Amino acid sequence: MKRGRLVSWIIMALSAIYFFVPLACTFEFSLRLKRGTYSFAAYENVFNDYRFQESFLYSTTLSVATIIFGTLLVVPTAYWVQLKLPRIRPLVEFLTLMPLVIPAIILVFGYIRIYNSSSLLPMTSASWSTDTLLACSYITLALPYMYRAIDTGLQSIDVKTLTEAAESLGARWPSILFGVILPNLRVAIVSSAFLTFATVIGEFTIASLLDRPAFGPYLQLIGANRAYEPSALAVITFLVTWGCMGVIQLLGRGRKGGVAPTAY
Amino acid sequence: MSWAWVGVAPFFVFAVLFLILPTAHLVVGSFQDADGRFTFANIVHLFTPQIVSSFWITIQVSAYSAIGGAIIGLLLAYAGVMGGLPKWVRPVLMTFCGVAPNFAGIPLAFAFLATLGRTGLVTAFLFNTFGFKLYDHGFNITSFWGLVLAYLYFQIPLMVLILVPALDGLKREWREASDILGGGAWHFWRYVAIPILWPSLAGTTVLLFANAFGAVATAYGLMGSGINLVTIMLFAQIRGDVLHDQNLGYAIALGMVVITVLSNLIYIVLRARTKRDLR
Repeated sequence: MKRGRLVSWIIMALSAIYFFVPLACTFEFSLRLKRGTYSFAAYENVFNDYRFQESFLYSTTLSVATIIFGTLLVVPTAYWVQLKLPRIRPLVEFLTLMPLVIPAIILVFGYIRIYNSSSLLPMTSASWSTDTLLACSYITLALPYMYRAIDTGLQSIDVKTLTEAAESLGARWPSILFGVILPNLRVAIVSSAFLTFATVIGEFTIASLLDRPAFGPYLQLIGANRAYEPSALAVITFLVTWGCMGVIQLLGRGRKGGVAPTAY
Repeated sequence: MSWAWVGVAPFFVFAVLFLILPTAHLVVGSFQDADGRFTFANIVHLFTPQIVSSFWITIQVSAYSAIGGAIIGLLLAYAGVMGGLPKWVRPVLMTFCGVAPNFAGIPLAFAFLATLGRTGLVTAFLFNTFGFKLYDHGFNITSFWGLVLAYLYFQIPLMVLILVPALDGLKREWREASDILGGGAWHFWRYVAIPILWPSLAGTTVLLFANAFGAVATAYGLMGSGINLVTIMLFAQIRGDVLHDQNLGYAIALGMVVITVLSNLIYIVLRARTKRDLR
């Protein structure tokens, strides 16, 4: 048994080296902009870059929109499926899992061809409608774990009784959904919100193909042109990711619906 | 029509607009020529050397990173859950594995460039301390194996996340039964644990494969168009029709969908087996 424990420690130590050395190196590298001394100059450059501010703000706004509209789309669906339409559950679950099967680059390829400027629904013809399309793409990316988080949340509360109680008090369904069901799903919604934020904030492929000034394409641009700033940006992104995941862990639902693989 | 159907209608409209139609459009497009007539020509053109090799390289990168991720992930999950380590190890491991897969894409590429790039810190450290020139010994972070190494950064944690519940499913009594019958650790793993776990192991490996297969950003951040991955090729095709054939682009997309759908089907079958075996 002693030898087994030693082997376990060795596996742990080697994994820790693999996972932490790149982080440590990236941090150290980001401090070396000024010759011969450590400084946060690379971070100053990044924060003072108007493109950083604009693209970060853009992606933040977009992820907030994704979270709000995604939640508004998913909560009523999961609610009605649970309450009245259990027989369409397999279909709904299949659709929400589709984004895990079809790679994001394929979906965005389809969007660009279907919603181009000469189509019936020319979403890529103006910047506001392209932003809408980008937000819809991100809702699609978030769909698998958003739906699972909210569905699990709904299963843990007694939807039927809550609905009947509200109905017998004279509530109509909008106030049931927004006044009774939604507040009971706080934890599920907040965790899926932070997971969505962590996914959307640095997303590169879709934003770049739709040609929007998001944070992901900005990262790529800096990576191609600068030496130390990319490391600073990697550290910042890592901290944002940890911040988001930390909130989810604190809420105690971190494992549910874990990760969003389409962002790689 | 009841309120319930009205309530789920937006979801179905959304799913048709952003999931079904785009996929269907590409599938139909891959069987049409530029004028919209039915043809198999695009599928035939998939079998040109450049496209075949891009699919093959992507399959290899995905397979190596999936298998590597699966083996290392299994070892790590085993060490963390059943390795006799202190109690605090497990939650730390699980928390880290919950976060690490979300640190992917362009920033992950930056991290590996800063570490193992030509001027990376580990590269410099090896030279300054041991006089070892990493890049003279065939290593390059912007290469096939460099990419596999970077992919492992999200593959291993994903494996751990999925596998830990499966390891928890191994009942203590099975180990005890094996011990009483005179079996050692080897016998237990060879004849009990691995046969029980293999559908779950194989299924998760296939899932990791599909996961790496559709990845774009990490590879693009690491080496731009310096590697002939099918996703990178498709990326260039969507941007600028580098193949000068729109419908061939659709066929490439169809080829990718076929591979990811097949992978997921295998995963579903294997997962069903796991559930049955653990009942």
